[in-house]
Amino acid sequence: MREIRNSVFFFLALALVTGVAYPAAVTVLSQLIFPEQANGSLIYGGAGAPVGSSLIGQPFSNARYFWPRPSATADFPYNALASGGSNLGPTNKELLGQVAARRETLRGYGIQGIVPADLVMASASGLDPHISPEAALLQVPRISGERKLSEKKVRSLVLKHIEDSQLGFLGAPRVNVLKLNLALDSGENRD
Amino acid sequence: MAKRRTKSKGIFDPKLVKAALIDSFTKLDPRALWRNPVMLAVEIGSVVTTVNFVINLITGKGEPAWFTGIVSAWLWLTVLFATFAESLAEGRGKARAESMKKTRKEIMAKKLKKPEPGAEYELVPSTQLRKGDVILVEAKELIAGDGEVIAGAALVNEAAVTGESAPVVRESGGDRSAVTAGTLVIANSVVVRITANPGETFLDRMISLVEGAKRRKTPNEMALEVLLLALTVVFFLVVVNLSPLSLYSVKAMGKGQPVTLVVLVALFVCLIPTTIAALLPAIGIAGMDRLFQKNVIALSGRAIEAAGDVNVLLLDKTGTITLGNRQAVAFLPLAGCSEKELAEAALMASLTDETPEGRSIVVLAKQRYDLRMRELPLNAESIPFSAETRISGVNIDGHAFLKGAGDSIAGVVRSLGGTVPPELEGHVTDIAKSGGTPLVVSRDAEVLGVINLKDVLKGGIKERFLQLRSMGIKTVMITGDNPLTAAAIATEAQVDDFLAQAKPEDKLRLIRENQDRGYMVAMTGDGTNDAPALAQADVAVAMNTGTQPAREAANIIDLDSNPTKLLDIVEIGKQILMTRGTLTTFSIANDVAKYFAIIPAAFAPIYPQLGILNVMRLANPFSAILSAVIFNAIIIPLLIPLALKGTRYRPMPAERLLVYNLLIYGVGGLLTPFVGIKLIDLLINLLV
Amino acid sequence: MHANIIFDISQILALLIGVTLLVRPLGGYMKRVYQGEGVFLGPVLGPLEGALYRMSGVRKDEEMDWKHYAGAMLTFNLVTMALMFAILMLQGSLPLNPQKFPGFSWDLALNTAVSFTTNTNWQNYSGESAASYFTQVMALMVHQFLSAATGMAIVIAFVRGLARRTAETLGNFWVDMTRGVLYILLPIAFVAALVLVSQGVIQNFSPYKSVPLIQPTSYERPKLDANSNPIKNADGKPVTETVALQEQTLPMGPVASLEAIKELGTNGGGFFNANSAHPYENPTPLSNFLELLLILMIPAALTNTFGRMAGETRQGWAVYTAMLLLFVIAVGALYWAEYSGNPLVQKLGVGGYSMEGKEVRFGLGGSALFSASTTATSCGAVNTMHDSLTPLGGMVPMVLILLGEVVFGGVGSGLYTMLAFVIIAVFAAGLMIGRTPEYLGKKIEVTEMWMSVITVLTAGAVILALVAIALITPAAVRSMANPGPHGLSEVLYAFASQANNNGSAFAGLNGNTLFYNLTGSLAMLLGRFAPAVSVLAMAGSLAGKKYVPPSVGTLPTDQLPFIFWLVAVVLIVGALTFFPALALGPIVEHMIMQGGV
Repeated sequence: MREIRNSVFFFLALALVTGVAYPAAVTVLSQLIFPEQANGSLIYGGAGAPVGSSLIGQPFSNARYFWPRPSATADFPYNALASGGSNLGPTNKELLGQVAARRETLRGYGIQGIVPADLVMASASGLDPHISPEAALLQVPRISGERKLSEKKVRSLVLKHIEDSQLGFLGAPRVNVLKLNLALDSGENRD
Repeated sequence: MAKRRTKSKGIFDPKLVKAALIDSFTKLDPRALWRNPVMLAVEIGSVVTTVNFVINLITGKGEPAWFTGIVSAWLWLTVLFATFAESLAEGRGKARAESMKKTRKEIMAKKLKKPEPGAEYELVPSTQLRKGDVILVEAKELIAGDGEVIAGAALVNEAAVTGESAPVVRESGGDRSAVTAGTLVIANSVVVRITANPGETFLDRMISLVEGAKRRKTPNEMALEVLLLALTVVFFLVVVNLSPLSLYSVKAMGKGQPVTLVVLVALFVCLIPTTIAALLPAIGIAGMDRLFQKNVIALSGRAIEAAGDVNVLLLDKTGTITLGNRQAVAFLPLAGCSEKELAEAALMASLTDETPEGRSIVVLAKQRYDLRMRELPLNAESIPFSAETRISGVNIDGHAFLKGAGDSIAGVVRSLGGTVPPELEGHVTDIAKSGGTPLVVSRDAEVLGVINLKDVLKGGIKERFLQLRSMGIKTVMITGDNPLTAAAIATEAQVDDFLAQAKPEDKLRLIRENQDRGYMVAMTGDGTNDAPALAQADVAVAMNTGTQPAREAANIIDLDSNPTKLLDIVEIGKQILMTRGTLTTFSIANDVAKYFAIIPAAFAPIYPQLGILNVMRLANPFSAILSAVIFNAIIIPLLIPLALKGTRYRPMPAERLLVYNLLIYGVGGLLTPFVGIKLIDLLINLLV
Repeated sequence: MHANIIFDISQILALLIGVTLLVRPLGGYMKRVYQGEGVFLGPVLGPLEGALYRMSGVRKDEEMDWKHYAGAMLTFNLVTMALMFAILMLQGSLPLNPQKFPGFSWDLALNTAVSFTTNTNWQNYSGESAASYFTQVMALMVHQFLSAATGMAIVIAFVRGLARRTAETLGNFWVDMTRGVLYILLPIAFVAALVLVSQGVIQNFSPYKSVPLIQPTSYERPKLDANSNPIKNADGKPVTETVALQEQTLPMGPVASLEAIKELGTNGGGFFNANSAHPYENPTPLSNFLELLLILMIPAALTNTFGRMAGETRQGWAVYTAMLLLFVIAVGALYWAEYSGNPLVQKLGVGGYSMEGKEVRFGLGGSALFSASTTATSCGAVNTMHDSLTPLGGMVPMVLILLGEVVFGGVGSGLYTMLAFVIIAVFAAGLMIGRTPEYLGKKIEVTEMWMSVITVLTAGAVILALVAIALITPAAVRSMANPGPHGLSEVLYAFASQANNNGSAFAGLNGNTLFYNLTGSLAMLLGRFAPAVSVLAMAGSLAGKKYVPPSVGTLPTDQLPFIFWLVAVVLIVGALTFFPALALGPIVEHMIMQGGV
């Protein structure tokens, strides 16, 4: 009996410490020190309204935009309320079918040779904001054609948006698709 | 002394094998097999496959009947091999017990009305003798019960118990008063007070021990069985799980057949640790038997295991570390006297001295200066040793050649008007410090020099202590000598520690101290005053020549009364444990290969891709499964010699021993079945 | 995507070095905490700790024997499990629920309550669409502290049992649990949470935010009738309708505070469904590296705490070395399998390693390390979808779990399970050198063997039994997302993960069914508490024993031969138990993949 009383007491007491005081303190401090990151690393448009988060990818299917990674989120791609991957196994015919179909779409836009895996295979979160530099550069001819911009300009824009490994060796070099497309739209690359 | 030691017969002595074969069938009774749950599981499996075989045979459905038949047969053989191993291990003990039982025949005893030699007696059968009765035993009579000589002395032949035909003296008082039922008085007669009721005599206990009737599982065996049992349960689940796995796979791939019951049982039997489970009882029994062949009787299996764990050995100096007697090793003349002159005088003084020490002086004089013992001159007069004078010697031609303790000789010399040179004192202490006994020699009123009498170490004893140290066992020498002498001998013998001027209660205290520090202590003893220490020690070895209280306090009895046996006992204790460990490792390591034989065979019809796991390239699924089952069975008799002889023990540090055994039994256990199963597979396909 | 092997190896080495460097200081700190010696946080947290004891009436010097300790531990876990069950059921009526999520179904609530109290954090729900902020914080996150502290308390009690001589008691559960929370978990989590926020992990209590899509789009969804049943056309195919999509709703919440303890306590239950793959949980390679450190640091450092408390630090390092060895093998195998990629996809003209279920930012190194670390420990957080790994790549996490999570393992549970393995290894090795086996001067006898085999083999037995049941239950087979051997892998992984209290998944399997919620709860309860109670019973037996001082004849358990033997025992026990299941799951799938479908 005494241990039941102790159980309830220690649960409530430690819940106050770890469930109330701790997250409250972290929230207050992060709102003070890192307000931007704590609130979702939002990107604000010209009007001051948020146009997206630099950490959460958006669906782009229009040929005028750089395409992000395929997303397998429920209902529709890049559904931020249903993060997750396809969970298709490596020998699943459905996976192979999807990959083949996506490759055909790329082929349709004249992309020949080996296709980068990140452009035809869905991300883990379904919200991956990045693609590899390789995958971005492969799309340069299409963008330049669709937007009537010189390939060189588009290419240099891509190169400008490559984020390198952290501390020199952590992670892979990558390009944030949303930021790159926002830059395209903003006309940064106009002559 | 020539020993009539029953020559250890080969393990597969035809007589023993025959008896064991018969016995192994009676052990198939599940009620008997209950003590060995792993083998009981195999037996149940055998029943299942046999029923399956009969159904196959009658209905003609399912797998080919020849396959289920052969699998069933080999599963039965597996159980049989296990019971055979145990029976064989018990066999020798049983044979020995039988011969002992023959000596335990009814004897008529002369029960005395009064406990004195001349008293009247009545004849009663030995079965009616009770503790406290007093009997008279005369020449050519068997002693009717265990007891203690309370009057007289006799020569007794104890071959019935010890296998030693040379008679020994048994006399009242002292440490040689115990007599054992069934032994034969050769000369003289003694009065014996009976100390054990019929059925509880030493012989009775020995018989029940060697028969294994009272064998109980040791704690270590039980702990190992927990592991084996747990593995069996897990493998049972593995095999049960296999059925749904295959059902699912068949459905998923739309081809092949689910795994059959016979294959499941075969896999189960192959996976559970049958090898060690089959040989486990034999290992323990054989260990006791090996001790028995060394004429040592362990009163419990636990005592032998404890022997393997011993950290501290208490050894009596005399008889264990040194030969019983001291020997002259050097002559140290004083100034003005040559060594040869001293040797001559010493020889003279020892001419009539028949003690081993005296003989050794004569021998040394002969070795060093080729001085021969002349005929004792007629006018020579012996001066015998006496407790008062503490000197001995010879008077020849009016000269007195004397030898004795320093101060005694000094007294004699001074009384004759001579002087004692001061340098004598130095020689005497030097010898004492080096562990020897100084014996001063004088001629008339002149002190000539000193003889160094020394304890002589037993041959090879140093090496044994070195081995013991490398095994992590500390040796402590127990002696009545003074600390100076004890220290010197301890250094020479390279024991780790010594207890000088030891009284029985010192021994007891030393044992307790070591036990409080967590050590396991072993000791040997024979006297009644050793009994408390023996009772306290973890491993207590009593000499069979010892007193009854000592024998009762001990948990191991050495029939040869050879204190160095303690080292053998430790070794056998370790061997038993090692054999268990190595065979367990071997048994479990074997499973890897069996998986590689059976899994591809069972699942290749569903997934032909799994054929790649058939690394042994076994011909077909049937022969693959059969080969695994046959290997699993046949490895048991192949390992019986190892189980009975024990893994060889090499004294070396624990870490190297571990690596050594892991390589042989771990890696070997991993690889052997690959070869074995492949060979059996080749053979099967050659025959079919 | 091509892997940068040099960078990846550098990252693996950096992590191993980082963890190893933390072992000594953190191990020493934890030893001082549990032995009640002064620590630098004492002045800050001491008064709070004292107040808790005063208010509850717990006397911190009042020690418990093993039965009392186990009783207190079980009572506490059952009571908090019940409270959590209530919170989950009543979620709809509780505060801090801006998205107005309803309560959980009873079986899901049961599974989740069991899951978080057993340090499993198996999630049959998806956080962003089912759990309110109140649930996330008060039910889930609080238990991430408490279940971790429980595991640590058990291992500390066990170590006391090994270290004490002829003693009856093992310490006081309430004191050990409280100290673990206050002095170890809370301060580290607090600092880590702030660092994570700096990298972009969110921390707020705001409602979800909507942003307009740069490129509005549309999608097809099944048309539903008035009763929300899909409408079908004449051919029996579902009719779809096109829906325009103008904006994206970004989930919000106090993620960083949960993220830190989720990794530190090897809990693994994420705020979001995608767990540590979600950019709001794990936004950068650096945050990924930090999370890896958080996952490994306490289980690794506990080996040192153990060594110090047992009075032989070398013994702690020996166990650590064995764990490290297994870990390096696992990371190497996983990295190699993924690096080799999926030939079926490569045949389609796709370059590099398989990116299905992986995030670009982590690179192959960051992904492989995370998968290995989260399953070596009982964490279960994922930044890569294990279901989509190559067959052998996916087998590595599965095997790490199946080995019993002893490669660092869960906080506390990893070390005590490994020590149970040590005792089994010592038993066999001790016999092989001709002595009745002993460990740290304590004789290993029947009780120790029983408790060790229960600790080591319970999870395996539970997995085998439940997988067998699932495979013959049609409803359970229907939950599989992938056909053939891979579906079998999903079920095997699910029970392995729950019985070993990991919580990661081959997530294609639909676990939110009555069957999996209930069998999973059973697996988690047995997998957690059977070993926990056995370990405490063993501690009680060991504490009462005499100490046998070591000699040359004693098995040296701090030398390489024994370490290799220990590794071999762990691998052999695992392999023998699961070889058939692995053969019919990942191994055959690998061959199918190599051979072409």
